[in-house]
Amino acid sequence: MKLELSRVIQGGARLGVLQGIGRTGQHSLKVPGCLLYTHFGTVPHLTQDTLQTVNNLPSVTQVTLSNIAEHQEVLEEFKEGFKAFAGLHNTVLYCSLHDPATRSPTGYATNKTVSVWGSGGRIELTASKFMALLKTVKPDWYQSMADGETWQTNTSRKRIRKSVDRTLAYLDECLLVHQKSQDLDGVELFGVVEGGDVMEERVRSARETAKRPVAGFCLDGLQTGSVDQALRTQLITSMTTELPEDKPRLLQGVGRPDEVLACVEAGVDLFEGFFPFQVTERGCALCFNYDVSPDPECAVLELNEEKHSAGDNMQPKGDLNCEDQTQMTSFEMNLKDKRYQDDFKSLVEGCGCYCCKNHQRAYLHHLLVTNELLAGVLLMIHNMTHYQNFFGAVREALATDKMDLLKKRVHGETRNT
Amino acid sequence: MSLQKALSAASPLTLRIVAECPVTKARACDLTLPHCTVNTPVFMPVGTQGTLKGITVDQLESLGCQICLGNTYHLGMRPGPDLIVKAKGLHGFMNWKRNLLTDSGGFQMVSLVELSEVTEEGVNFKSPYDGKEILLSPEKSISIQNSLGSDIMMQLDDVVSSTVKGPRVEEAMHRSIRWLDRCIAANKNPDKQNLFAIIQGGLDAELRKACLKEMTQRDVSGFAIGGLSGGEEKNDFWRMVTLSTDHLPQEKPRYLMGVGYAVDLVVCVALGCDMFDCVFPTRTARFGSALVPWGSLQVKQKQYAKDFLPIDPDCHCPTCKRHSRAYLHALFKSDTAAMHHVTVHNIAYQLSLMRSVRQSIVEGRFPEFIRTFMKRMFPSRDDYPGWAVDALASVNVTLD
Ligand SMILES: [Zn+2]
Ligand SMILES: [Zn+2]
Repeated sequence: MKLELSRVIQGGARLGVLQGIGRTGQHSLKVPGCLLYTHFGTVPHLTQDTLQTVNNLPSVTQVTLSNIAEHQEVLEEFKEGFKAFAGLHNTVLYCSLHDPATRSPTGYATNKTVSVWGSGGRIELTASKFMALLKTVKPDWYQSMADGETWQTNTSRKRIRKSVDRTLAYLDECLLVHQKSQDLDGVELFGVVEGGDVMEERVRSARETAKRPVAGFCLDGLQTGSVDQALRTQLITSMTTELPEDKPRLLQGVGRPDEVLACVEAGVDLFEGFFPFQVTERGCALCFNYDVSPDPECAVLELNEEKHSAGDNMQPKGDLNCEDQTQMTSFEMNLKDKRYQDDFKSLVEGCGCYCCKNHQRAYLHHLLVTNELLAGVLLMIHNMTHYQNFFGAVREALATDKMDLLKKRVHGETRNT
Repeated sequence: MSLQKALSAASPLTLRIVAECPVTKARACDLTLPHCTVNTPVFMPVGTQGTLKGITVDQLESLGCQICLGNTYHLGMRPGPDLIVKAKGLHGFMNWKRNLLTDSGGFQMVSLVELSEVTEEGVNFKSPYDGKEILLSPEKSISIQNSLGSDIMMQLDDVVSSTVKGPRVEEAMHRSIRWLDRCIAANKNPDKQNLFAIIQGGLDAELRKACLKEMTQRDVSGFAIGGLSGGEEKNDFWRMVTLSTDHLPQEKPRYLMGVGYAVDLVVCVALGCDMFDCVFPTRTARFGSALVPWGSLQVKQKQYAKDFLPIDPDCHCPTCKRHSRAYLHALFKSDTAAMHHVTVHNIAYQLSLMRSVRQSIVEGRFPEFIRTFMKRMFPSRDDYPGWAVDALASVNVTLD
């Protein structure tokens, strides 16, 4: 794996390509970018047929041990690894600990173990069990074991220090097994940077992790709801200055477009693609504007009108009160709203996704009020497409010095640029 | 007489009999409807609310589905006929380019709504959404179905449970005939939308025959065999089916309502039916029950946790081509897409079963097909359901 940066913008934002990823090295991933979010290898609601209607799918698929751990025995018997088990061909598999779209309870990590929560409840993992699991999963990348329980505000400094120490100790244990294991030959390990909201701990965690032979870094404990964006930016900056330039940085648990932009500017390369799923689950469609194309005629002006009217009774952006990740953001429209009952426009004018090309808002509204499963399918297709295109716009903006314009678009201040 | 002919000529339906089984009453036809030709015998998946259980219209089309159902009762309530007209009919609303059949709404009303009362005028019921009194008359049912723009509309019939006996059955039969006349008169789009009559008469052969005699004199595009598959004895069921097809005209399609189990399909094709519908294959999929040539396979059962074969190794559906029983078993714990996988497989199973049936009729080997099918479906001869053996014997097929 090789990170080729074509631009590094003063202050931190990086544009480039991760080349030669995957065990066979035939894949690449543009950064800034996001991973393909899945439940047990399946994009929520979608079969391969419906998934393949989405263009430019991320080349890296994320699965979590919280989904997989309970099936260890099955995978052991299967022997061919998770990709073959899940019918995933032609993708890079990244295995992380927790599902970024759900919060894991705190108070379970010990010096020897971390816990994940599957459908059958809590599963405790020691480093050796963790590594044994990964040998059966056979991912291309994986996240090292980590004590990520310090995301809650008011976590004590002592607890934060302990989480940094533990995470480094887990990493050393994982590395020891990793380096001796033929099964994990060619597999890349990402070290996890912790440190809660304490700057010195963030620096220490980043510095120490960077000393280890890891392929990249997971920045943990900064998920939506844990810190506000200003502090998150500071903390990320403090870490990225300690991290080598030639390795990717994956930020966990952050997906809102405004937060993504701020984190990109602080030097983050990769995000977990769970945000479109959360939007889908609340019956909403992403509709924010990300157009930075030079031709204003192409700009989808209607987008922001929709967004503003849809966001009327929303909390203002930047508000920290977003503990509840199920809450609607102002980047989306609520199709359950009665106003869409007889709205025969496509979901988002100008969107080329399967849903927008084939269906109208009134139909989506009907599917939602009648609790039909197709609503989730169609919304997921649109939301993933919209989100992927947004990341395309981020890269374009970085390439053409238009980050300020993009921020204005995303924040809804259009047409007066 | 000349008027009758002109009307028939304008009927938006043609039926061409492609092949007839020399042994049984089975036939293979090309049924041409406004949106495309349907190859019969055909199974029609049910998309109650204008959508088929998490399956996109493109997926449904690529599975080879040429006609599916929408439910008038549900769609008439939500989103309502006016909105559907604005959306260019149910085809436009759900963006389905092939044929649609809609029911009359009567059956749902009687089975779903507790407070329904049948009078000569129609079915009275209280809306479960706003409590308002609503009358579903034959005219109203056809008006909604005209708004939906389905290729085949069903008459409103007076539905009586197939287990009810006595004068109520006779009353319902006569009323259904009167309502048929009102439905025919109410159809605003006879050049675009076909109307099917529904043969009633319960399990009483004489009443059935009387109903058949009357209804076959009406100018309708096709006939449904109604009032069955509601919990009656299978012995009564098949006898009523075969009696009906005996008296139905050759040149019009015969639709057996609410039948969808594989064995029932194969037997009733042999008895001369062309069209079938049932919610079962899609409903059962959501509980992880996959249809296979040897019955069904409960994907969620523990025994499949480490079974790395596809649901049916011989199935060509997208699910079986990519996923194992073990993966689907595990996915049921993580995501609703697991249901979609089984739904896709079950629709594929039903449609491909009917394609095989048709192929065997065309090739003149339907009786042989039935024997092979039964052998595969049941572990031994002793497990063959008696009614199926009798029904098949009645059309000269003996099982070995
Ligand atoms: Zn779209
Ligand atoms: Zn299949």
